[in-house]
Amino acid sequence: MFLDIFLTVSRGIALTLYVTLASLLIGGILGLLLAAGAQSRSRIIRAVVGSYINIVRVVPPITWLFLIYFGLPQFAFKLSTLEAAVVGFSVIASAFMAEIYRSGLLSIPVGQREAAWALGMNPMTTARWIITPQAFRVALPAIATYAIGLLKDSALASTIGVHEITYYAQQSAKQLHQGLISFAIAGVLYIAISLIIAVISRRTHLMLRKKIGVA
Amino acid sequence: MSFITDWLEWLPELTPGIAISLKLTGLALLFGFPLGLLLSVTAESKFASLRWSSFFAVEIGRGLPALVLLYLLYFSLPDMGVILDSMTTAVIALSWNAGAYASEYFRAGLSAVPNGQKEAAKTSGFSTWDGFRLIILPQALRISTPPLASLAVLVFQGSALAFVIAVPEIMSRAYEISSMSFQYLSVFTLTAVVYGLITWAFLGLVKLLERRLNRHMV
Repeated sequence: MFLDIFLTVSRGIALTLYVTLASLLIGGILGLLLAAGAQSRSRIIRAVVGSYINIVRVVPPITWLFLIYFGLPQFAFKLSTLEAAVVGFSVIASAFMAEIYRSGLLSIPVGQREAAWALGMNPMTTARWIITPQAFRVALPAIATYAIGLLKDSALASTIGVHEITYYAQQSAKQLHQGLISFAIAGVLYIAISLIIAVISRRTHLMLRKKIGVA
Repeated sequence: MSFITDWLEWLPELTPGIAISLKLTGLALLFGFPLGLLLSVTAESKFASLRWSSFFAVEIGRGLPALVLLYLLYFSLPDMGVILDSMTTAVIALSWNAGAYASEYFRAGLSAVPNGQKEAAKTSGFSTWDGFRLIILPQALRISTPPLASLAVLVFQGSALAFVIAVPEIMSRAYEISSMSFQYLSVFTLTAVVYGLITWAFLGLVKLLERRLNRHMV
């Protein structure tokens, strides 16, 4: 019985990971653009980026998912449940990642930028080789924390029918009347994945520190 | 601008949901914050059993997605013979979730109070309880309050999850309206606006509170 439920619920691991990682990746790239926009010299771009980030963050994730999954097809886009979930979480992740990058960038002393300028580097080279590696190192723990948050938020994708962990747990809870076991297994899976993310980020963090040669 | 007339028509149907969302948030904070304080104190207890139960309560409350916690209670409590309505179940789940997060903030606040304060309270003749209540806690709360206020905003957003167990809050109402009018995009945009405005109001209050608490720091 226990094993049956475990096998059913763990069928959702793949899509849980897929939704989390795809959204983190897409949101991470969008967030980079947003963070760049927030540094822009044009006041209009800064205002647009600022209000985008604010608007995304004040609306609950589940409302975003419903808006995208049920609302967008009325226009033109017919999205599958999985696509809608990835689009929704990418939008949400982009705003949070932009904030994380921003705080990473803030931690880099202005002197670094000035030094690169004095050495004759152009802004792109400075951003690529001087600022990003340092900012990334600072931002990594926050990114990992957010990734774990996103993993837990991805449970919401079950509400629009994505076949991930929570979805299967709900199925087996309804079919077998084993609510406690089904959701306890789902919970254990989420905690296990969170721990794995935490360990990977720790390792990477230590590795980066060693590479740069600061203790 | 036809959507404006639609929105004006739907708002009265959405309003009772707003009241329920706010009530749910309020109750979750009312039970969650004291629970969090209790968990943060028992985490430092002399008794191993108390420490462990606090550890598990916090890790389950924080480690599980709030949605899974909600389902866990909703589907398992009736099997154990505890029949609760969905509102009560949602309050328990959200309080647990909020309490687990809050306990970390309380713990951070408590550990920021220098140990000398506790010793000074003791030598001044305070009992452990009075020393905690009158000397330690007020200092800890000043540190814990800003993150707790931000948590309150997140709890409000989390209250939207109660939709999945049919608590008639904002999302449930919105879903009902949209499935009757088929105006999904418009209805959920209105819902997003409602959530956004309330959250903004909350965030404004949090800012005011922070400024007030930091008055002496200028």
